[in-house]
Amino acid sequence: MSTREGGIGDAPTTTGDGNLHDIDRLKEPREGAPLPPAKGDSDLRGQTPDDIEPPADALLVVRKLQKYFPIRKGFFSQHVGDVKAVDGVSFFMRKGETVGLVGESGCGKTTTGRTILRMEEPTAGTANFAGKPIFSMSRDELRKLRRRAQYVFQDPFSSLNPRMTVGDTLREVLTVHKLASGDKARKRVGELLTTVGLRAEHADRYPHEFSGGQRQRIGIARALAVEPELIICDEPVSALDVSVQAQVINLLQDLQDEFGLTYLFIAHDLSVVEHISDRVAVMYLGRIVELADSTALYQNPLMPYTQALLSAVPIAEPGRKHNRIVLRGDVPSPANPPSGCPFHPRCHHPLKDQDCARIVPPLADKGGGHFAACIKVPLGAGMGSLTQIQPVSQV
Amino acid sequence: MPILQVENLRTYFKTDAGVARAVDGVSFHVNPGETLGIVGESGSGKSVTSLSVMRLIPEPPGKIQDGSKILFHGDSGVEDLAKASEERMRKIRGNDIAMIFQEPMTSLNPVFKIGDQIMESLRLHQGLSKKDARDKAIDMLRLVGIPIPEQRVDEYPHQLSGGMRQRVMIAIALACDPKVLIADEPTTALDVTIQAQIIELLNRLQEELGMAIILITHDLGVVAETCDRVIVMYGGQVFEEGPVGDVFTNPQNPYTEGLLRSIPRLGSGTKRLAVIPGVVPSPLNWPTGCRFRERCPYGWEKPEREEPPLFELAPGRKSKCWLVKYPERREEIVRLTGGFTPEGALTGTGAATAAAGEPGPASVPPAQAEGGEEVGG
Repeated sequence: MSTREGGIGDAPTTTGDGNLHDIDRLKEPREGAPLPPAKGDSDLRGQTPDDIEPPADALLVVRKLQKYFPIRKGFFSQHVGDVKAVDGVSFFMRKGETVGLVGESGCGKTTTGRTILRMEEPTAGTANFAGKPIFSMSRDELRKLRRRAQYVFQDPFSSLNPRMTVGDTLREVLTVHKLASGDKARKRVGELLTTVGLRAEHADRYPHEFSGGQRQRIGIARALAVEPELIICDEPVSALDVSVQAQVINLLQDLQDEFGLTYLFIAHDLSVVEHISDRVAVMYLGRIVELADSTALYQNPLMPYTQALLSAVPIAEPGRKHNRIVLRGDVPSPANPPSGCPFHPRCHHPLKDQDCARIVPPLADKGGGHFAACIKVPLGAGMGSLTQIQPVSQV
Repeated sequence: MPILQVENLRTYFKTDAGVARAVDGVSFHVNPGETLGIVGESGSGKSVTSLSVMRLIPEPPGKIQDGSKILFHGDSGVEDLAKASEERMRKIRGNDIAMIFQEPMTSLNPVFKIGDQIMESLRLHQGLSKKDARDKAIDMLRLVGIPIPEQRVDEYPHQLSGGMRQRVMIAIALACDPKVLIADEPTTALDVTIQAQIIELLNRLQEELGMAIILITHDLGVVAETCDRVIVMYGGQVFEEGPVGDVFTNPQNPYTEGLLRSIPRLGSGTKRLAVIPGVVPSPLNWPTGCRFRERCPYGWEKPEREEPPLFELAPGRKSKCWLVKYPERREEIVRLTGGFTPEGALTGTGAATAAAGEPGPASVPPAQAEGGEEVGG
């Protein structure tokens, strides 16, 4: 067990930022954690999501998605490099489930969501919606896709036109998609507003007349107008007051029950994501580093980054013991990611070695459908997830 | 003896739409060496409170009303900052009371080296020579955990990451060894792993330097991990006050109870969150009586229609609610309706409440609310 403490002391930092020896609080290893393999063993076994045939009821299948933003310099705008915002993301979503996508700012979670709906053109990879490849769709097909897959933005104010009444905004959606017009459209707008907990009379008001939570309800109503199957929610409650966040979270859950919606829920708040998601993917520097059922991921995080991330969340219970893993330094630039495992410069894993800087860890199934991108986590570590239920704060 | 004592602070703003009573009768104190948390949502008046203490309210449109007292117990005895001259305040700011803000990039000057920005207050307040000030600046950067401070002292703000900038802000604030540090949402703009670093840093610095900290935040988790005492603000007033442990485990005010029950917590396994219905009221038009009444499941027509006072339950433990006088009401409502419940995601929220800023009906008949759920699709 002393190896773990030793490993921390050895850990080099590449950026040299935030090297706070004195505040390192990882004193005791987590009890019940799977025993790591002998020093130097790198476990490369395990199927990745790319090796696995998606289930028949998969609504969205994303494979090896990449989105690079070119960096151009100089008078001739020479292409000198790429910001690898999304770098090989694969996952699938079953109909009716909620997949959470979490990570810190700059990890590529929003770009992933935007690229899937072609708000950004992908660099490489595929994404199939109900069996149809999104990335080769024509404009016409894309418009049809957007009747089935919608997007809810973080900031409900800047995503609503301030000069259009709420009714006009919703009617526009109905007209563009040729769903309803005239009196029928007016009736439908009233229905939509009551569905999200507003009143039909609110159709004549402008966005500035509403509070933040009410505006987000309008954003949700606009997405619902086309009766979609998939909604990508990008930080839908981050901009809201604490006392109204729960209203919107509960509304999203009600709508899912009522209409059988599938959600890709993008957020940085780990507690909110745990609450709403069936499965959760953790992203770091453009890659998914851990993907598992929500309970398995939060009770038994395997990837060292996920462990650190969960232990960093402040918990509203004073006096609760908290063995926090304080990460040194900042997230490296996605324009110049570290070699091998993107997390290795900040990693606290006791068995970290040269392999970590050399091998890009595959997002491998460590047992029981618990995927983790870490070569130091042995195959089978995911199996224990249900027997080892313990409070996250002990991480 | 408290180092800072605020009594009946009222800060109003004149706007085109009327007078916004942003802070409306706030009293609290901070003892030397303790951390006081001020929690509240946007519009609760927590930031205006801290800006008033620093006398940084732009005047006009803002004004600290007559009768407000901000008593600072400095080396030269007690002083009312609400009445202090601007010249005197310039001596106090940064020297006796320092402040750090949410967004470090906008509070650092982009065209000066970070070292110069730390040295500015040292030379101004403490009259250090250029060389001494530079040495002290390097010491401060080391103290806040910035590696290679001898080199970093000559860098510009844009060369630092968000977490590093916030460390620099803390270094500037602490350079003159203030007795009170006001931190306004110091970690809100930061990622969770960087936030953990800054929380650890503030906790460590307080142990080493022993200043009092007023931490303003909307994040209940941050309060639980850093503060000794907490005041909960709503509608420009203090709704609850007490030691952090007691307020969080045994909240007396319905607003505090609702807040604590409506946040998702890691590992709790709750399927549905409890909801505080309605919207945050506007400071232009506070509800009459208790400002939380329209959103409160315990609200009722009581003998006293006026606003409840901030009752003192025990020394240092306060709650602004009539339930203190009628505790049987709480038990009755919990038995009948369950108090704060997940119900109301649709009912009793948007449909029942008028748009922001306008007075709305206190409640909606059940028949109408249910009708809302049936329609749709």
